[in-house]
Amino acid sequence: MQNKKFAGFALIAIALIALPIMVGIGFGNAWVRMLDFALLYIMLALGLNIVVGFAGLLDLGYIAFYAVGAYIYALLASPHFGLHWPLWAILPIGALVAGVFGILLGAPTLRLRGDYLAIVTLGFGEIIRIFLNNLNAPINITNGPKGIAGIDPLTIAGQPLTKGMDLFGFHFHGLYLYYYLFVILALLIVLVTMRLENSRIGRAWVAIREDEIAAKACGINTRNVKLLAFAMGASFGGVAGGLFSGFQQFVSPESFGLFESIMVLCMVVLGGMGNIPGVILGAVVLTVLPEFFRYWAGPAQQAVFGQIFIDPESMRLLLFGIALILVMRFRPMGLLPSARRKAELEHLAPSLDDEGKA
Amino acid sequence: MSALLEAINIGKTFGGVQALKDVSLTINAGEIYGLIGPNGAGKTTFFNVITGLYQRDGGEIRFDGVPLSLTSPHEVAAAGIARTFQNIRLFAEMSALENVMVGRHLRSRSGVLGAVFRTAATRAEEVAIKQKATALLEYVGIAAKAEIRAASLSYGDQRRLEIARALASEPKLLALDEPAAGMNATETAGLRSLIEKIRKDGTTVLLIEHDVKLIMGLCDRVAVLDYGQKIAEDIPANVQRDAGVISAYLGVPNE
Repeated sequence: MQNKKFAGFALIAIALIALPIMVGIGFGNAWVRMLDFALLYIMLALGLNIVVGFAGLLDLGYIAFYAVGAYIYALLASPHFGLHWPLWAILPIGALVAGVFGILLGAPTLRLRGDYLAIVTLGFGEIIRIFLNNLNAPINITNGPKGIAGIDPLTIAGQPLTKGMDLFGFHFHGLYLYYYLFVILALLIVLVTMRLENSRIGRAWVAIREDEIAAKACGINTRNVKLLAFAMGASFGGVAGGLFSGFQQFVSPESFGLFESIMVLCMVVLGGMGNIPGVILGAVVLTVLPEFFRYWAGPAQQAVFGQIFIDPESMRLLLFGIALILVMRFRPMGLLPSARRKAELEHLAPSLDDEGKA
Repeated sequence: MSALLEAINIGKTFGGVQALKDVSLTINAGEIYGLIGPNGAGKTTFFNVITGLYQRDGGEIRFDGVPLSLTSPHEVAAAGIARTFQNIRLFAEMSALENVMVGRHLRSRSGVLGAVFRTAATRAEEVAIKQKATALLEYVGIAAKAEIRAASLSYGDQRRLEIARALASEPKLLALDEPAAGMNATETAGLRSLIEKIRKDGTTVLLIEHDVKLIMGLCDRVAVLDYGQKIAEDIPANVQRDAGVISAYLGVPNE
């Protein structure tokens, strides 16, 4: 049993190490870059999953915490203020500040639920973006819509990851190194999420999702436990944001719009709310699929019709929408629902059929 | 016998409706106390006031010798009053065992750091929570169904599970809101022996019920509410003969 488990871990580890090399050699570095983004989105989706999936609080402004993390990194490691702090110092600060923002934005919404909560969080998300857009006067903090450029690349032990590395006669492109760093942090976040899920706090979150009044009657301080969910989710977003900032070496407010929030929410819902593997799958699918369409939609039209009727960019969104509708129609609990919910669906399906026949 | 819960002149209005008017009653430690009355008499309102779900407009509550000035349900639960609900409120997607484990919330302390680093204390606490929850499922007689989703349990088992979850916080007072509603005769008999067992093991029970037979057979004392006012409080045999109670239930005969 122990050996089998170990073999499983070893297999996953080898697959995760080999993945970028295979993708890079097979499809080119653009796709490795996408893997990097997929990992950032996994971290974001896992963070949002705590709020939406576990605690059942619909948050449409989640990307704000990604923005907070990204700007913290940008301000502390760029020529903008002339600060060049190291990564290991900035990431915890980013997580902490994002967590505080999570509490600040969560506190006024504690009494809200469902649609109302969604609208208010949507507003908060926009407020953060608009602040970032306008905080260039009277004191220039965020450099406004122009964004902050020339951000230090993620650097480990004095080595900027952008430079890449030669090892075993193989040149690891910077994108590969980013991938390995992101994988380690994503695994860390997966581990934290898993441990939280099976804990007293995790059970309290699910209890609030299932029935808030009963949760209160069980002695759960729903105010604190909800704020904890907002803070934990936000801090994951803060970490992902910091990494994004050092990866892109440029941030501007337009990266943190409503569409991004909705995208991350879709990852959580599509993959399977509350189920960690589902959320990861959702994040990967929704990062890869649109890119896949982008590469494929233009040439395909060219080949069939001899010209391009629909711009691949808008086609991409169209197909994306269709894919979402299909998933909601045929797998309403998400691609990978949690085992318990899946059992319930399978239990339900035949009885519905019976009714249809009767 | 010492008073566990003293409610003094409790008042509650909803808009212009006086749901409770100067209701005073005393529940002694170790007894099974029944609260009955026609529909709309204010039983559940009183219940919700006691357990902090509603804020009272007037009056005073003393619990276990100290004034209960608390305003939120989780604080009331921490003070030692656990409750069930008239329309069962379980955590539907969680297993029976997990439901009771949530009930242990008050009796455990692990936070985020303990969970993330899986400290020795947290692991020990998790084991203890699980053991206690399993024991409670056994106590109410549904141990075999520990892994079943709460929503898939039969109605009677759901009622039992709710009681197990309430007991998990080791309350001094267990407040049951119509636990026998919708139960058949066999299930009611089983519930009755469960409530007697709970009392025997040292927990005081407050019971709202419509099943008069159950109330009369089970309770040490009974209070009757009508139109938000207490019209009787006595041992069951006397309450049954009380003229005011009879007219409240059956109406006053025409002259």
